[in-house]
Amino acid sequence: MGHVTALQGYLLLAALLFAIGLAGALTRRNAILVLIGIELMLNAANLNLIAFWRYGPHPEALTGMMFAIFSIAVAAAEAAVGLGLVIHIYRFTQTTDLDQMNRMKG
Amino acid sequence: MIKNADQIFVLLQHWIMSFFPSVLQPIVGVLLAVVTIICVFPALFAIAVLLERKGLGRMQNRFGPNRVGPLGILQPVADGLKSLTKEDIVPTSADAVVHFLAPVFLVVVVFMGYAVLPMGRNMTLVNMDAGLLFFFAMGASTELSVFMAGWSSRNKYSLLGAMRAVAQMISYEVPLLLSSLVVVMMTGSMNLGRIVDAQNQYSWGLPHWYIFTPWGFAAFLLYAIATTAESNRSPFDLPEGESELVAGYFTEYSGFKFALFFLGEYVGMLSVSGLGTTLFLGGWSAPFSFLTWVPSWIWFFGKVMMSICVFIWLRGTLPRMRQDQLMNFAWKFVLPLSLLNVFVAALWRFLGDGWARWGVCSAILLVAYFVMAKVGMKSEHFGPRSYRYAE
Amino acid sequence: MTIVFYVIAAITVAGALAAMLLKNTVHCALALTVAFAGLAIQFLELDAQFAGFAQILVYIGAVAILVVFAILLTRGSETPKEGVFSKTWLAGLAIAAMVFAVLSWAVLNSTSSLPGDSPKPTVSVLEIGNALMGRYVLPLEIVAVLLTSALIGAVIVAKHEKGSAK
Repeated sequence: MGHVTALQGYLLLAALLFAIGLAGALTRRNAILVLIGIELMLNAANLNLIAFWRYGPHPEALTGMMFAIFSIAVAAAEAAVGLGLVIHIYRFTQTTDLDQMNRMKG
Repeated sequence: MIKNADQIFVLLQHWIMSFFPSVLQPIVGVLLAVVTIICVFPALFAIAVLLERKGLGRMQNRFGPNRVGPLGILQPVADGLKSLTKEDIVPTSADAVVHFLAPVFLVVVVFMGYAVLPMGRNMTLVNMDAGLLFFFAMGASTELSVFMAGWSSRNKYSLLGAMRAVAQMISYEVPLLLSSLVVVMMTGSMNLGRIVDAQNQYSWGLPHWYIFTPWGFAAFLLYAIATTAESNRSPFDLPEGESELVAGYFTEYSGFKFALFFLGEYVGMLSVSGLGTTLFLGGWSAPFSFLTWVPSWIWFFGKVMMSICVFIWLRGTLPRMRQDQLMNFAWKFVLPLSLLNVFVAALWRFLGDGWARWGVCSAILLVAYFVMAKVGMKSEHFGPRSYRYAE
Repeated sequence: MTIVFYVIAAITVAGALAAMLLKNTVHCALALTVAFAGLAIQFLELDAQFAGFAQILVYIGAVAILVVFAILLTRGSETPKEGVFSKTWLAGLAIAAMVFAVLSWAVLNSTSSLPGDSPKPTVSVLEIGNALMGRYVLPLEIVAVLLTSALIGAVIVAKHEKGSAK
């Protein structure tokens, strides 16, 4: 195996970041940190897209790059709505601890 | 001879570079340019501070600094020495690492913005394709350092000041980007060098600066409002309103770190002035075709210092806004107008040459401005101030 | 693989790890910006200048600020006494480790048909703009609608309604 190509290097980095984000999203109590984990996972996916665009056969078609740019825009929307929801839940329950958010009623 | 005066810094750089082996030459060239930027802009900062203190003094019927050196012109040196020798106090409950990183991060980010500004003919450090985007990316990062400073100080005034500053900077970033967008639409490029080239043409001896078009003029005004708010200057200086928040987010800073914040504020002001000059005032191009023999960098720095004088003039003239007025002004007045301006710029492009587009575009902008101002003055949110005095 | 890649990758991973492990939530958010900045530099390394700057502008300039605002509005910077990790942390960690193991196995063992070192693509902002306004105009419009609705939605969700909250 020994030799790692550039593309593989980027993919491995993205996989590691994805795993870190996933671990955070699954283990943290704070809802905001879970959102942070999700953002990290999205970012790792972006790195994959850009790496495939760069080392792919048709970089001039811009497919991967466009996907990454749209993904950045969508991630911004996701963060805004997600954090808005967290703040709204906090108003009702006075907590952001996901282990305590175990009721379906507000 | 005149050509040499125009290119004097470029020639100097190449002359120094020629002493090094060819492998090192690119690195030495970049280093020279970076060192020059890091020396020139703090010097301009000193001049701007002196100008501000003297100018404000004049506007407020007092002398301003007049003790250190002839007419007080050595005051910045004295201030610098003082801030260097003062004790650097970190509050015991403060988050020491973040507290230390905030001013450093601010200054680094602010200086990075200069990398893409064309300060004269062939005087751009990095001529990137997405230069404008880079500048705004760096400008957006300053918000984080403001937050870091306010939060790490563990002081309610710092935190309130930081929250005000960040909310204000985020709100005014939208019109800032939208008002710059029209220039990108017209030039068809985000490269600041190209934007200057597009304005560096003359007809009847007058330049093609973007400020001399209806949409450009409106965008320039919106840009000026947004940058005044971005750099936390009066009348948008609520984040550091002395009467309410001591000194805002840098209340707990002393000594050299305070000086770094001060430097960051002024150098940021100089950089947004430089960008405004580049986008709307033709960058380094001369204001009349018969003045093109004057070196280009003189025009650039002259225009930047003129913008600084306008900043000082505004500070001396306008009273501070209230927080709700500030936010309402951003979202209900500046933002709709800058959105409309994008539309007007597109219309200008598609109406083709001729005088018709001047009339149509000016009419739309003027009508929108007057209608919104009329409606706005009636609403209590950002209408005239009413004062109530204690009985 | 250049040395720059390894240094930036190490910084990015360190930032991401710190963002997920630190106790103080604000420190987590600040560490997250380090990871974002590292990723932006990786984008620049991959010659994707536009995406790199967009990453800095959106993530450091907006998302990180949103996160710290949310943390301060929810008193999230106070460390809870039950600890920062959930009761099922072991299962979560195991799942993440398995995901990483599978992904890295797939990456390292697949034979790629792509050439190892392709020539540096030169993509100007103009081409990106043309692509956005031409081939990708429909996604662009959809993203515009999405962002507008997200803006309105976030305002409505987070708006303080008098009487409804405790």
